[in-house]
Amino acid sequence: MDITNYVVLAAVLFAIGATTVLLRRNAIVVFMGVELMLNATNLAFVTFARMHGDLTGQVLAFFVMVVAAAEVVVGLAIIVTIFRTRRSASVDDVNLLRG
Amino acid sequence: MNDVIGLAPWLIGIPLIGAAILLLGGKATDRWGHWLGVAASAASGVIGFILMFRMIGTPAEERSVDHHLWTWLSAGGLDVDLGLRLDPLSLVFVMLVTFVGTLIHVYSVAYMDHDPHRRRFFAYLNLFVAAMLTLVLADSYLLLFVGWEGVGLASYLLIGFWDTGRPSARENAVAAKKAFVMNRIGDMGLIAAMALLFAGTGALDFATTLSDDTLGSLSEGTATAIGLCLLLAACGKSAQFPLQAWLGDAMAGPTPVSALIHAATMVTAGVYLMVRSGPILEAAPTAQLVVVIVGAVTLLFGAVVGTAKDDIKKALAASTMSQIGYMMLAAGLGPAGYAFAIFHLLTHGFFKAGLFLGAGSVMHAMGDQTDMRRFGGLSRFLPITWITMGLGWLAILGIPPFSGFWSKDGIIEAAFIPVEGQPWRAWVFGTVAVLGAGITAFYMTRLFFMTFGGRRPRWTENQHPHEGSPLMWWPLVFLGVGSAALGLVLGVGGTFVTWLEPVVGHAEHHEPVLPVPVIITSTLVVVVLGALLAFRMYAMSLVPEEAPRGSFLTRAARRDLYQDAANETLVLKPAHGVARLLQVGDRDVVDRGWSLLPQVLSWFGAVFRKAQSGYVRSYAAGMAGGVLVIAVVAWLVVGLGGAQ
Amino acid sequence: MFPWLTVLIAWPLVGAAVVGLSALVRSRTGPASAGTGLARPLALLFSLVEVALLVGAFVAFDTGAAAEHQLGAVHPWIPQIGASYAVGVDGVGLLLVALSVLLVPLVLLAAWKEQGRDEVRLRKFVGLVLLLQAFMVAVFAARDVFLFYVLFEAMLIPAYFLIGGFGQGAGRRKAAVKFLMFSLGGGLIMLAAVIALYFLGIGAGIDPSRAFLVDELAAIDLGTTAERLMFVGFFIAFAIKAPMVPVHSWLPDVAGNATPGTSTLLICVLDKVGTFGMLTLCLPLFPEASRWAAPLVIVLAVISVLYGAIMAIMQTDLLRLVGWTSVSHFGFIILGIFTFTPLGTAGSSFMMLNHGLATGALFLVAGFLISRHPEKSQKISDYSGLRSVTPVLAGTFLVAGLATLSLPGLATFVSEIMVLIGAFGGSPAGSAGWAIAAIPGVVLAAIYVLLTYQKIFTGAPAAGLEGLPDLHVRERVVAAPLVAGLLVLGLVPGLALTYVNAPAEQSVALTTVDEPADAATEMGSDK
Repeated sequence: MDITNYVVLAAVLFAIGATTVLLRRNAIVVFMGVELMLNATNLAFVTFARMHGDLTGQVLAFFVMVVAAAEVVVGLAIIVTIFRTRRSASVDDVNLLRG
Repeated sequence: MNDVIGLAPWLIGIPLIGAAILLLGGKATDRWGHWLGVAASAASGVIGFILMFRMIGTPAEERSVDHHLWTWLSAGGLDVDLGLRLDPLSLVFVMLVTFVGTLIHVYSVAYMDHDPHRRRFFAYLNLFVAAMLTLVLADSYLLLFVGWEGVGLASYLLIGFWDTGRPSARENAVAAKKAFVMNRIGDMGLIAAMALLFAGTGALDFATTLSDDTLGSLSEGTATAIGLCLLLAACGKSAQFPLQAWLGDAMAGPTPVSALIHAATMVTAGVYLMVRSGPILEAAPTAQLVVVIVGAVTLLFGAVVGTAKDDIKKALAASTMSQIGYMMLAAGLGPAGYAFAIFHLLTHGFFKAGLFLGAGSVMHAMGDQTDMRRFGGLSRFLPITWITMGLGWLAILGIPPFSGFWSKDGIIEAAFIPVEGQPWRAWVFGTVAVLGAGITAFYMTRLFFMTFGGRRPRWTENQHPHEGSPLMWWPLVFLGVGSAALGLVLGVGGTFVTWLEPVVGHAEHHEPVLPVPVIITSTLVVVVLGALLAFRMYAMSLVPEEAPRGSFLTRAARRDLYQDAANETLVLKPAHGVARLLQVGDRDVVDRGWSLLPQVLSWFGAVFRKAQSGYVRSYAAGMAGGVLVIAVVAWLVVGLGGAQ
Repeated sequence: MFPWLTVLIAWPLVGAAVVGLSALVRSRTGPASAGTGLARPLALLFSLVEVALLVGAFVAFDTGAAAEHQLGAVHPWIPQIGASYAVGVDGVGLLLVALSVLLVPLVLLAAWKEQGRDEVRLRKFVGLVLLLQAFMVAVFAARDVFLFYVLFEAMLIPAYFLIGGFGQGAGRRKAAVKFLMFSLGGGLIMLAAVIALYFLGIGAGIDPSRAFLVDELAAIDLGTTAERLMFVGFFIAFAIKAPMVPVHSWLPDVAGNATPGTSTLLICVLDKVGTFGMLTLCLPLFPEASRWAAPLVIVLAVISVLYGAIMAIMQTDLLRLVGWTSVSHFGFIILGIFTFTPLGTAGSSFMMLNHGLATGALFLVAGFLISRHPEKSQKISDYSGLRSVTPVLAGTFLVAGLATLSLPGLATFVSEIMVLIGAFGGSPAGSAGWAIAAIPGVVLAAIYVLLTYQKIFTGAPAAGLEGLPDLHVRERVVAAPLVAGLLVLGLVPGLALTYVNAPAEQSVALTTVDEPADAATEMGSDK
């Protein structure tokens, strides 16, 4: 297998994820975009680890998964709270950080 | 001399301590405070007499003694000691100040009897005596300046003595402030003169600055500048043109103050300064000429104003101004004039103090009335005042053998002495001096007969004039005797001129442009004519109770020849305009200019704040875009660079 | 050697801490609402002990070497950047330290009743005053540029809270912010210069662990352009602090809104850092640049003299008026420093002390007057005829005013005449002319003092003011030392001149032209 295919797949996945984050309003979907980006990165990590024969990349992928899991927990909790108070999960309704 | 010199500091110290006790002691000293004041002044007088007698017994060339007290100011090349200079000139002043001063202290005990603040009055009088003695005893310009402003302060406090609790309180306070501020304008001259002197000679003490060696090294331009600056100072203190406007208003103070400060002593300090600085003036003929011109102008100015004043004190004030004009004129004539300037200063101190105290006595008798149109026929009721003021009147007229004759005639003769290369000077200034004598005769005769003569009294409501207590008329008697005899005693044989010679130098004898008997006779003729005219107008005929409108000149003179209007238009209004402009400028340009800076900053803030929309996605887009830009730049730079 | 300065710096800090801790005493012994009243006596006690310590410092100071920096200590502080804790004072510094030490107990006493009975508020007030005192003493003693800079900025903290938290004017918060912004702005420019100085110093071979010591930095040659730029950086900061026209506009606002006590500390002591900095940092560190800038600085100084005085005449608010008079006086001080004569520089140094005494007296007495008004009015027109009601107050005000207008016989006169006569013979081009131009300042001073006195104290007493009490004992105790000091120093100025003469000679020697020909052409080209 040519290594390029993996890298291109990772890049495509990352782009899809990033586009999702930027374009979708629903917080859950935005969240899924973030997950997609994280996993695209994981894919790249694993690919290069294999290529260089160095386990560091794979170890990092595990770290990312752990962080992603934690992030999902916290993130979903926030989203649920926002939904409860606002009856909406649209990210555009939440702009309290406006300067 | 040296065995008694240790007493000299006490000349100043005793009245100063007196003033301090009276000011700090408060109400506790109310009962005896005025006598303490008298005693302090008298003690100074006694010390003065002791020093005087010792000096008379000293050979002429050893009479000038500098008494060092302590190092006062020593920094950066300037060394000024706090030291006193005793010489014939300063001792003349010591005698004048302490003798006349003590008489006026005594007079004030009675005059201020009913004033609840009599103690404070005596504190200020003592302060004045101390400051005036500092002025004349100082051995450097810097210490002289201490006395110079000290007497200004005492004058300020005393002019404004009644600055609360009477209807005219505010006016008195304004008059006091006016006097101080106009004096300060003159003081600028003294400060500038000291700066020039230090730059030119590296010292400020008389011993160094007035020595021939030092003055020889000064350029004439510098000497002229110093002379003119000193003249400015003298003009302020001595109410000479153009800084004369404060003296008339200064009559707001109690009458003893007018007698002591604004007639006999303080206002003559300018003449003292000129005579003391004689060597500098002699090195600067231009400055000398200006001094003479200022003296001549003021002489006529004061005399003209004096003819129209109905307020007895203001008429006397105008007369003072005019007489000091004589002294100033003499001070500008060089060694020939110095001695007579001081001589006239001395005799004037006596007869003018007497006239002022007499005026105070009249006011005391007439319920503080000062309008001469409300007097008349007082000779029967106030015989002592009448006779003593009469002696003063004859003295100021310059009738021989009264004291004014000896001194004023000397000045007139000196004015007629020709100056090499400028033949017009002797004629112009001589004529002015004679003319001034005539006008003086007119207004003083007018004053005398409007007060004491006249066919019928012009008093308001039922007044019962009577002579005051002996405390008031004894000083009058002393001063009257002085007015009559002082000139004769000191003038005959040139005693006084010889006395001052060690200080002011020996004057080469020059013949005036006219023979001396001609000058004396013509002066007397002019004086008698002036007096007769006034006698005809104010003694032979009825004096109207309300002032007639009068000619243009009379009206102008009544308003002091528009001096206040001129100051108002030429100085005060423009100055106020500038100040207002600056005030507006400071608020609207400077302050607003600085507040522009935060405004610009907050405008930037407002612009960049818009980026903080609060939408998470726009932040994310910003991050993504930023990463993209960095990636592209990195690729371009590294990629292309690597390709090379 | 006993580190007198360190003790003088530390003692008020201890005092501030103890005053703060006195809160604990109260909470254990009494109900929370009733104050124990400990804060004021404690603070006064600490400030009086500080005065005793000052006496010790004066005894230890060797007047024979007044130009040397004495009583100090040098310890590494942040060796990584070369900052040291270096303190030491020459004669001028010692006099200013004395001013900071002496005025604090008077201010505390003057403000005894001013802040009401609220113990918390009182504690804050006296604590801040002591804190400010520590910083002021330290800044006059600092011999390390970095330490100086830190203190220069740190002083702003207590000053800001004193202005904004305890003033009587409605605009006090705004005034506090304005003060802070001006000072920080100047400080920022100075910081840039401080950093540049560090790198240039290292570049010139200074030991990196001592890179900020003034003595080290003064010895190196910085190069013309760099020296001038850094001079400008320092000078702007000092000019703002001084304050000098046109960067003065914070001062009247502060004076008009802060309490008179705060103004006394701020304007009479803290602001001296500006002129003190010009004298002890600008001149030694940047002598060539000082010469280069002097012609312009002199002009601005003279403008300050006249401008401040004219603005003072036009004021309707008593405290603002006193503030403006200071602008005028600071002009004189700067004029004396930048005309480079031993006489003028000594006069300026002496004037820094005298201005503190005279203006301090005027501020405090004005405060006594205002505290008597039923509405605490600061408007001059609300007063009239008070001489007959409160004669002692009127007399004290007049004496303070006369000191402000430099009446001969008082200390202020000696210093002013020294500055004027000295400046007249100054070396920068046009000194003589500008010195003459400053002389009308003495007339304007007479006007603003006497006009104010006339309006407030003469005439008929204003309605509602007939029964005002005269100065009581506490207030007389405050005024007496100031008046006595002005009198004594006026008659025997040698007492203070001993301390300033040698430093003045030295700083003038620093700025004396090395190569007269070069300097002459330079000045010619500047014109």
